[in-house]
Order: sequence, then C-alpha cells, then structure tokens
Amino acid sequence: MLRAATAVLCMAAFTLPAAAADYVTVPGGSYSSVLPPDGKFAPAVVAAFRLRTLPVTNGEFLDFVRANPQWARFRIASLFADGQYLSHWAGPLSLGGAGRNQPVTHVSWFAAEAYCESEQARLPTWYEFEYAAASDESHADARGDEAWREHILDWYSRPSTTALPDVGSTPKNFYGVYDMHGLIWEWVGDYAGLMISGDNRDQGDPDLLKFCGAGALSTQDRENYAILMRVAMLSALKAADTTANLGFRCAKGATGDGS
Amino acid sequence: MKQLAICILLLAAFAFGTTAIGASADTPKALPGDSVYQLDIPLTNQDGRVSKLADLRGTPVLIAMFYTSCKYVCPLIIDSMLRVDKALTPEQRSGLRVVLVSFDPSNDTPQALKAASELRHLDLARWTLARTDVESVRKLAAVLGVQYREISPGEFNHSAVISVLDKEGRNLAHSSRIGELDPDLLAATQRELAEH
Repeated sequence: MLRAATAVLCMAAFTLPAAAADYVTVPGGSYSSVLPPDGKFAPAVVAAFRLRTLPVTNGEFLDFVRANPQWARFRIASLFADGQYLSHWAGPLSLGGAGRNQPVTHVSWFAAEAYCESEQARLPTWYEFEYAAASDESHADARGDEAWREHILDWYSRPSTTALPDVGSTPKNFYGVYDMHGLIWEWVGDYAGLMISGDNRDQGDPDLLKFCGAGALSTQDRENYAILMRVAMLSALKAADTTANLGFRCAKGATGDGS
Repeated sequence: MKQLAICILLLAAFAFGTTAIGASADTPKALPGDSVYQLDIPLTNQDGRVSKLADLRGTPVLIAMFYTSCKYVCPLIIDSMLRVDKALTPEQRSGLRVVLVSFDPSNDTPQALKAASELRHLDLARWTLARTDVESVRKLAAVLGVQYREISPGEFNHSAVISVLDKEGRNLAHSSRIGELDPDLLAATQRELAEH
C-alpha cells in the first residue's frame, strides 16, 4: 500500500510540468485487426503503451511553432508540407478564428511527427490506434455492438463544412481516451504501410512484383466500415499532405519514452 | 632580392587563394525546399562510419531502401541499381553515388551490411550500404515515397522504389521496376550526370 502510494506520488512529480499533456496507459493485448499481420487470420499484438487522452489542439501547435519556427507556415520546407499547411490560421503565428481548443488540422505527417518528438513521444502505430479505438465507454472491445457502430458511422454523414468542436467533446472511452471517433481523422506513424490497395501512385502494371515479405495485408472485418474508412483514407495520403479534417495525437512506450 | 620577390609572390598567391576559398565557403547556396536533404538524419555505413544524409549533397545519387535478410525483392532492387550503374560510361559512373538504406536497424549492423556488399561485389568507393535509427527510417521512407511495415520482428512488407536525386537532393525520377533495367531511370540518371 505504502509502495503504491509512493509510486503515485513519484508519477505525480514527473507529470507536474504545467503544460504537459495527459497520457494514459493502454494495457497491451491481442485483437483481431481489419489488417491481420499475416494477411489472413492472425491476431494483431499490441504491447502496453501510453496514449494522449486528447488530440493536439491549435493552441498547443501554435506554442510548438513559436518554439520551432522552421515548422511555421511559409518557412516550412516544401518537402515536409503542402501549400495548405496551417492555412486555417490567420497567419503563421496567429490563430485568428481558429479556436485554441479545437484540434489542429491542416498538418502533415512530418509536422505531426516533429510535434510528438517535442513531447518526447511519437505518433501511435496503426495497431495501437485501432486497438484503443475499439472501445466504447465501458467495454475494451465494443466492435461487435451494432448500435455503437451505427453511432460512429453517423459522424461520417455529418457535413464537414461545420466548425470542428473542441477536443474532449466526445465521451471518454474505456481507457480514458477522448475523440477516437467523431471528431477528426488522425495520422498514425506507419500510415504509409497499410497497403490496402497497393501503391496508388504507381499507375503501371498491377502485377508488378513490388512487395517483399508476407504479401500485402487484406481486410477481414467488413462490418467495421468506420475503421475501414480510416484505413482507406490514410492509405491515400502522402506524408506532406494536409487536409481540413486530419489531425493527430501522440503515443509513448509504456515506460514513458518515445520507443 | 630575387628571393624576397618570390616570397612576396608566394604570399600574395596564398592570400588570394585563401580569399577565393573563403568566399565560396561563406556563400553556400540554400538547399532547395523540396530537397530530400532537408531531412536531418544520421547514416552509419558498412564500415561503421557515421555521416549525415545531407553529406551526399554535391553528387547525383541513386538511392533505395532494403534490408539484408530480405530474400526475394531486395536482391532484385540491387540488381536494378547495378544495371543502371553498368549501363553508364566509365566517366559517368565515376560521378554517381549509389546508396541503400536498411529498414531493419536492429539486425543490419555495419558487419551485416559489409557482408551484403561483399556478396554482391559492390564497389564501395561509390556504393554505400547504411543503417539509421527507427524514426529516421520512417522519415526517409516518407520522403522517398516508400511504403513499408514491420510484419514480425525483422520481416518487412515494403514497396520497391529506386530514386535518382540531383546533386541538390531533388528527386528527379523514381522507378518500381525491379530485376530489370528501367530505361527511364537510366535516362534521368544520364541526363543529370551530363550536367557535370
């Protein structure tokens, strides 16, 4: 008991810095992914990790850009972001009408990676994201619940022209994480490897021998449209792309480092 | 007297030389925004020597990603690069660097890279097999448009992409044709080498 109390106190001491983002531990496990690792039936295995409870906001990203001006709009190398990067802000260092607590969008994969590094973190992997996104408010894996799936799908039918709500506006899930559904699309670190449809940048011979290893992944859980839409959307992106509904959150190893 | 004159001439030559070198070093051209060398990542080669990716600046480069324990596609990627290399004239060839970076930092030690280079008889004066850290692998793959994913420890699914970079690190052309000579990739490489 005393040891547990000490541990809590020690953790509190580590998480004290004012602006530090909240991360919660997601216990590891295995689950059936829409992208089985062997392309057939094998379960995906996720080691315990820590996930940011909220997506990164405009306000947080502005602080990051101020401290790291090479990531400001107009200064960022074109290798790392397209022309729409942070284009919803009034200026490179001012939000204007963009809300401080709205999730930041119009960010490239490179910018999201760089931000997470500034929190000694990284982007979650696809398996980590899918695993944490499988839960509703009271079940680790709610994917068999048809009503819940329908509820998530409703989000996709809402027009994307309305302003984004603030982060934390959807119910907290089983792990204590918000907004895994119903707010934005999110980058994952290995988005480029999902390979649902091969490389759509190659317009040539579809029989081209392109892949090394166990063969491209295939989709299994065809009922889970919401998660398949995420896979399809992520697979179509390049790392410098930005869109009005695409943001990110960060993850860390269970011990707190970025590994 | 004659000696003094020579001495003064030598000094002047030195001074002039130093100024000229100083001037060129003071005005390095800014790296283009779309240069792959905007990426600040370390590379460790087959001899354990550490450098930065951007140190390749100044020479046209043929670059691809691979890993040494990959049995099927990766040898074909090296084949394709060798075919481009062999189709060049000796003068063209001497101006080209060829770089392969591993997806698999945990297994591809300098020793493993060295063994792979010896197996394929690669000319290590111009060819480099390199490793970097896991995060840098992801970033390099992203700038080169390579899709990959670790399926199980040390086993990767990945697309095959060979890119030719100009001396400033801009991606001039890329190819996914492997195990054969891609004439478009060769032509782009030759065009860039002719610039020098």
